[in-house]
Amino acid sequence: MNKENIEASKPELSFENAFVRLEEILEKMNSGSISLDDSLKLYEEADKLIATCSKRLNDAEKKIETLIKNRNGDLVLGADQKPVVQDFK
Amino acid sequence: MTTRDPPVLTITQATNAIKHCIESSFPLIWLQGEISNFKMQSSGHLYFSLKDAKAQISAVMFRGDASSLKQIPKDGDNVIVRGEINVYPATGKYQILIRELRPVGLGELLQKLEELKIKLLKRGWFRPEHKKPIPKLPKIIGVVTSPTGAVIQDILNVLSRRFPGFRVIINPVKVQGEGAAQEIALAINQFNEHNLVDVMIIGRGGGSIEDLWAFNEEIVAEAIFNSRIPIISAVGHETDHCIADYVADIRAPTPSAAAEIVIAEKAQLLKHLKQSQSRIEQALLNLVRQDRHRLQGIKKQPLLLSPYALLGPSMQRLDDIRSDLDQIITQSIMKRRLTIDGRQRNLQSLKPTTQIAHFRQKLSYWDKSIRAAMLSKTTLLKKNLPEKAETLASAFRAKQDNRGRLLDELGKRKQLDQNENRFLKLRKERLESISAILHSIDPKNVLKKGYCILFSEKDNSVITSIQAVEMQQDIRLVLSNGELLSTIKEIIPK
Repeated sequence: MNKENIEASKPELSFENAFVRLEEILEKMNSGSISLDDSLKLYEEADKLIATCSKRLNDAEKKIETLIKNRNGDLVLGADQKPVVQDFK
Repeated sequence: MTTRDPPVLTITQATNAIKHCIESSFPLIWLQGEISNFKMQSSGHLYFSLKDAKAQISAVMFRGDASSLKQIPKDGDNVIVRGEINVYPATGKYQILIRELRPVGLGELLQKLEELKIKLLKRGWFRPEHKKPIPKLPKIIGVVTSPTGAVIQDILNVLSRRFPGFRVIINPVKVQGEGAAQEIALAINQFNEHNLVDVMIIGRGGGSIEDLWAFNEEIVAEAIFNSRIPIISAVGHETDHCIADYVADIRAPTPSAAAEIVIAEKAQLLKHLKQSQSRIEQALLNLVRQDRHRLQGIKKQPLLLSPYALLGPSMQRLDDIRSDLDQIITQSIMKRRLTIDGRQRNLQSLKPTTQIAHFRQKLSYWDKSIRAAMLSKTTLLKKNLPEKAETLASAFRAKQDNRGRLLDELGKRKQLDQNENRFLKLRKERLESISAILHSIDPKNVLKKGYCILFSEKDNSVITSIQAVEMQQDIRLVLSNGELLSTIKEIIPK
């Protein structure tokens, strides 16, 4: 992994890590041996994690497309050599 | 009668025996024949005969089995059936109880299917180790199906119902008929070639085995097996199985189920997130409640009930110090004022004018006193002067008289003195003679001459008579220069 990738992956935890972190937070908050201040911080962190994860899960734009083919059944490619799609109705 | 009667069976017994024989001999049988006398009862059960040129068998297909038929058969249909031979005691007829019925022609297809299945099985294409995991959160879902069929609608319905947003790319293909298998295989390859999707669903709706046949072709199986992208197959109904199902990474019973599988993880994650949210909120609430409880407990402490409980002593001490300070300052001011007053008085008294006045006053006082004293003294002296003169005069006269008398007396005394001296001489001589006498009669002097005095030792009395002593009595003899102790040995009266 090069430097850029490391930095790009830094701000957001992976889903797995986010969920692990959430479990950690829950465990801490349920342990009862935590100050209110800390618990508020943890709550904030958890809230952010949940919000980010939910956003990432829900935010995909609804897009239904269909590939375009020629008579031979081959895909029609655009100038960038990528298959051309059109919205599916 | 000597011979035993042959055993006689009832019809029921015989029929049951026959039924047992036949049914246990033909538990499973495949038959091919033509349908005649077809009847479908309102109960849903099918009754007909299967015949060939020389024989026929009654056949029954109960509703449960008949319901899976794609098409209701009719008289004259050439069919292959699978079932078991069954005896119906009420009519004494045997019949075939059909479990499965297929039109003939299928026989060849089925055989091809079996052969391909075995071939691919031998290649290991169905092995679990070739199954790729379905990505948990696919970003783009590929669908290989007919764009006009029900499958794509079912899939889109499920996705739309579960999530507001998702991405689907459809690769439209023919799903039955000539060239369908090639199109499907090509579509799978195209998705792979351009790496367009994270997971794909291939499928079509239910139909006859011929309808589904494209999904039993080797070319499709090969495309599925070679796909890097995980594939979910959703071909036909739940009961339909085809080669594609075996090779695919997951077989979904229906297209809707395939869509559910694709988003299962996402749904699971969202559910988990929601649960986490409520659990964390609950935990926080609990913590807050717990702390509030503690706070209330602390608030009940007497120290906190009144602010004075905590600050009281300090406030009181402060007041004490303040009043001490007040007192000290007042005293100090008073002291200084007194000093100042004293100094002022001193100053006042030391003022030259005052002193002068003072001395003047003193002077005038002394002056007056001296004058008064002088006056009274002179007055007194003046008053006593005549009296004293008189006293002096009379004293002088008395002195004169006394001197004359003294001269007379002096003459008389000279004579008296002569008489007296004579008398004294006489007296002295007398005294000396008496003293000599007294000396001679002093007992001590007598003792010196050889006398002694007896004392009774008992009562220390002087013994002057022999009657005063007894025999053996202790007596003390006093001599001039000491004492002797002796005992009476004999009393000799005179």
